[in-house]
Amino acid sequence: MSHRVDARGLSCPQPVVMTRKALETIGLGIRTRASRGSEVSDDPGPLEVIEVLVDNRTAMENVSRFARHSGYDADVQAGEEGDDCYIVRICVKGRA
Amino acid sequence: MALNQRRVVLIAGAVVGALSVVLAVAGNPANMGICVACFIRDIAGGLGLHRAEVVQYLRPEVPGFIIGSMLAALAAGEFRARGGSSPVIRFVLGFFVMIGALVFLGCPLRMVLRLAGGDLNAACGILGFTAGIWAGASLLRRGFTLGRSARMGVGNAMALPALSLFLLVLVIVAPTFVFASSTGPGSARAPILWALAAGLVVGALAQRSRLCLAGGIRDLILIRDPHLFSGFAAIFVVALVLNVISGRFRLGFAGQPVAHTDWLWNFLGMATVGLGAALLGGCPLRQCILAGEGDADAAMAFLGMLVGAAFAHNWGITSSPAGPTANGKAATVVALVVMAIIAYMGIEASGKSNKQRTTGEA
Repeated sequence: MSHRVDARGLSCPQPVVMTRKALETIGLGIRTRASRGSEVSDDPGPLEVIEVLVDNRTAMENVSRFARHSGYDADVQAGEEGDDCYIVRICVKGRA
Repeated sequence: MALNQRRVVLIAGAVVGALSVVLAVAGNPANMGICVACFIRDIAGGLGLHRAEVVQYLRPEVPGFIIGSMLAALAAGEFRARGGSSPVIRFVLGFFVMIGALVFLGCPLRMVLRLAGGDLNAACGILGFTAGIWAGASLLRRGFTLGRSARMGVGNAMALPALSLFLLVLVIVAPTFVFASSTGPGSARAPILWALAAGLVVGALAQRSRLCLAGGIRDLILIRDPHLFSGFAAIFVVALVLNVISGRFRLGFAGQPVAHTDWLWNFLGMATVGLGAALLGGCPLRQCILAGEGDADAAMAFLGMLVGAAFAHNWGITSSPAGPTANGKAATVVALVVMAIIAYMGIEASGKSNKQRTTGEA
């Protein structure tokens, strides 16, 4: 399942705040790196992906850093709309 | 990449801290090697927008920040004309951020430098600044927004760098219609080339690192991320060490350079700056850097600060070493009320457009 957050054109730190809200909406919120170790033995739910659209490199760095800092994997793709769009894909193992 | 980013922000903070002490040694006012608010105020005076004779000088550092940021952004392919996110509101916020800064007597950067010089009044300022950012962060969490910016014509991005170049021409040519203090803080200045070079370096490094004094505390509060705060800490540590080595460190409240000891208005002045900076998305230095990257909204905040500084002196709002003025206290209260109204309207606006912004499961 995938969720999309459109944070293009918003100033700092709104893209991060919206990403955090999206994580909370699907019932996960922030995990610390320390608690991440037990993840392997847990039964991972269905894979969820949150795609965050941003339009500048600072926001892209901030959202990726926030995702990693919160214990999730994040990778960045160039957006379909050219230079002005980055898509940060945050992979989340849901607890459905 | 994460490690790299951290190193860049630490280096930027350390260099800003070091250059601030170097500029103070080279002639800038004490504990004011770099102060974005004070220097914009001096520029307002240099242009004759206010007539406070002791604080008039077209400080080359500020055009340096803007042009340094522009060059770094161009080199990195990050220069991008954008704007249209509530420009007038950003002007107003910039205006009142300047009012708060001049009641305290310093921008967030100078607040850190003052503390690194042993000025304990700045500790009251940091508490106020943190309180203001905390309030701003909770508004952001509730959805406060000034709306989206969009791509614009390149002229919008060039306006403030062009003004910066013009200011540099004026300070070098020094025509008779430009003002320059012969006494007071405005007469204490590092040589033009030093000031410009330092400004360019700070501008470029701050652009690369996204250094932001308000962002440092905001991210700690909002997402418990110490990344930007590490730059804040680096400024403090390096400036502190250099001040101690060069014998400039003097611990205490009374008799500190260009400072007053009224703790309440030090607190409230910086609370105003913190709240305004959180709503704007960055401290005064960050606004200069964003303006250099082509952000026309940040340019409006900069112009708001310039006009705010002129009013602050024309209307007797600025504090002096003797303390805050009655007008300054009134203006601080007005600033907080105006910001509260802007915050309320910004949350209302986000409520209406929320549905469009976050689309649910696909």
